Amino acid sequence: MTAANVAEPAVSAGREPVLAVRDLVKHFPVRSRGLIRRRVGDVHAVCGVSFDLFGNETLGLVGESGCGKTTTGRLLLNLIKATSGEVRYDGRNLVDLSPSQMRPLRRDLQIVFQDPFASLDPRMTINEIVAEPLQIHGLYGSRTQGRDKVRELLRMVGLNPEHGNRYAHEFSGGQRQRIGIARALALRPKALVLDEPVSALDVSIQAGVINLLEDLQDELGLSYLFISHDLSVVRHIADRVAVMYLGRIVEIAEKEQLFTKAAHPYTQALISAIPLPDPRKERSRQRITLTGDVPSPVDPPSGCRFRSRCPKFANELTDAERQKCVDEVPALIDRGQGHASACHYAEALKLV
Amino acid sequence: MTAEINIQSGRKAGDGAAVLEVENLTVEFPTEDGVVQAVRGVSYRLAPGEAMGIVGESGSGKSVTSMAIMGLLPKTARISGSVRFRGEELLGRSENEYAAVRGKKIAMIFQDPLTSLNPVYTVGRQIAEAILAHNDVSKKAAMDRAVELLATVGIPFPEQRANNYPHEMSGGMRQRVVIAIAMANDPDVIIADEPTTALDVTVQAQVLEALEAARAATGAALVLITHDLGVIAGHADRICVMYAGKLVEKGTVDQVFYEPRMPYTLGLLGSLPRLDEGGRERLTPIVGSPPSLMNLPPGCPFTPRCPLAQPVCEEREPDLYATDAPAHLSACHFHEKLVGVSAAQLFRPTSVDTEGVTPRDLEVQQ
Ligand SMILES: Nc1ncnc2c1ncn2[C@@H]1O[C@H](COP(=O)(O)OP(=O)(O)OP(=O)(O)O)[C@@H](O)[C@H]1O
Ligand SMILES: Nc1ncnc2c1ncn2[C@@H]1O[C@H](COP(=O)(O)OP(=O)(O)OP(=O)(O)O)[C@@H](O)[C@H]1O
Ligand SMILES: [Mg+2]
Ligand SMILES: [Mg+2]
Repeated sequence: MTAANVAEPAVSAGREPVLAVRDLVKHFPVRSRGLIRRRVGDVHAVCGVSFDLFGNETLGLVGESGCGKTTTGRLLLNLIKATSGEVRYDGRNLVDLSPSQMRPLRRDLQIVFQDPFASLDPRMTINEIVAEPLQIHGLYGSRTQGRDKVRELLRMVGLNPEHGNRYAHEFSGGQRQRIGIARALALRPKALVLDEPVSALDVSIQAGVINLLEDLQDELGLSYLFISHDLSVVRHIADRVAVMYLGRIVEIAEKEQLFTKAAHPYTQALISAIPLPDPRKERSRQRITLTGDVPSPVDPPSGCRFRSRCPKFANELTDAERQKCVDEVPALIDRGQGHASACHYAEALKLV
Repeated sequence: MTAEINIQSGRKAGDGAAVLEVENLTVEFPTEDGVVQAVRGVSYRLAPGEAMGIVGESGSGKSVTSMAIMGLLPKTARISGSVRFRGEELLGRSENEYAAVRGKKIAMIFQDPLTSLNPVYTVGRQIAEAILAHNDVSKKAAMDRAVELLATVGIPFPEQRANNYPHEMSGGMRQRVVIAIAMANDPDVIIADEPTTALDVTVQAQVLEALEAARAATGAALVLITHDLGVIAGHADRICVMYAGKLVEKGTVDQVFYEPRMPYTLGLLGSLPRLDEGGRERLTPIVGSPPSLMNLPPGCPFTPRCPLAQPVCEEREPDLYATDAPAHLSACHFHEKLVGVSAAQLFRPTSVDTEGVTPRDLEVQQ
């Protein structure tokens, strides 16, 4: 069914990816109400997603609420079981591994969650929170060694190590996000999934956390899968960007390519919808407004999932052209320089 | 308890052509821990049909200002100053007198559309009732008008959609229904408080378009409250920047975005990542955090976070001074020093946790 989407993502000049994702699928069962709770359908949360994450790069994963970003991030670390597909890391397919087989690999692959308020245990001090992964993996060492490691981690994320004995609830959102990052870094991972790491923060605080993530990547050579619905943040921090719509990647490209030559009508609509803090540019911008609502992921449209809201489908195509959108899932095809888009009628547009 | 209201000896009605004049509006909330000075002397004038944006960090007093204008604050609030609609004072009116203005002359749109919609009636009926509340027309005429309004705000198949209950609609559609209700009585002023904050960007674009359609159809002036500077850049003529209960900079959007004259505004702009700029230039966060609105010290409340701060800033709170353009005002003793200065020159592109520190601490660290 999704065969069209399996197309190998364009590999950037023979580099070996740290993580290689192929045709990843996740369906969540939808059950009926009442006692028997029969399975009445599936949420098609992630449907045949393929991409590579290279060493020391930031891949931005963007898309609107419910399109499957978080699910993809969790599948990558095998925190939830994939329905099918592959996540290749270090020669192994993580999807097949049991939790105990995963444990040693967890050191290399870490996640930072969106909500800094929900993801930290309020009864633990900052020192304890950051020390915990070290202790679990037997890396804490002697008490002085362990304490030094924790202090170094706090300093690394820009926090004052003197505050290590305070509890998480005594810190602001931005500070808690730093604590979450310190904890994720404790085991010296190779790759981090950052799930909306700055979305809950006021812009003046957000800026400092973004700077920090950039510094850490330069210092430690980390790879980031940076999940966000904020394209401005992603344009700032990412090297490449993947755009998701209703469980599928519709476009993936090097950042400049994506923002200046967006080829998929959804990417174009998304970029043109972001307000720019620049009155003159705002007055002269071309807007592509979508109609209708995002369809239910339980019963997504056949063929191209975007067609029910696609301005091109509605206004520009002939009936014969439209039929192809209804019948055929558009493949994610590389149209040069690793810029791939999944639209039968892709056409580059400069919108910012 | 009754609202303690102390009306300033207002100027005569019909001052200029303003539809809404807010003068020295002050709101305090007595609480167990002390008095919260939520709004500290806010003044602005809104000309007919103009769109004014209010921007500011969380807790700066944007919503309380609007709720005071609409007479919607809890009775514990101590309100003073003046709010005039077409020259007539609103503060101190009885609930009945306020009801005649609210929804008819001034309409309000909130962040969460569900707070303004009744879950047990269809949206068509709710719009029709808003019309019937202030107009002597038949039910049929009101219902027809409701369908028309749904079409104006861009809802597809308005005849069918009018029969939907709020829960049968998406968040973006509900917000457009609220806009339809707001425009039902051809108001002179629409106050929209974070109308798109909870929405996805493509849906936000639809709702903002609906808001523009509502303005075009009614000729209403707009007060658009948001923390998103991009939304203001595209949908407002003028902007007020709010900090710690005060307006600290006012001007046209071009003046304030291209030549900010208050360090806080410059800092906000410098901390924004830009969709329209490719580079990985460093962002410049504003160090420190906003002050508590209880027991505010004297002086400019931005002082502890301000790279320009001098001893006078701790002593005396600046007025809104006219800058090089007379209608461009800044509450900074040193606004001239910002001429030609970029955020990167004034604020440091630091990555350490800056919420507990001052600009001087950073200098020591470097
Ligand atoms: N445990 C679950 N059970 C059932 N459905 C789920 C579950 N988790 C996610 N979903 C559904 O899968 C789809 C994708 O969800 P996901 O959380 O990955 O989206 P997202 O892109 O991260 O959205 P957001 O921007 O709102 O965080 C949604 O329709 C969601 O409702
Ligand atoms: N009923 C109340 N009693 C006491 N304090 C209040 C009350 N309502 C608001 N405040 C306080 O007044 C201040 C201003 O609040 P307001 O809601 O106007 O902020 P805002 O600028 O709208 O912020 P946001 O962007 O988060 O909506 C805040 O410190 C808030 O805690
Ligand atoms: Mg998510
Ligand atoms: Mg508010």
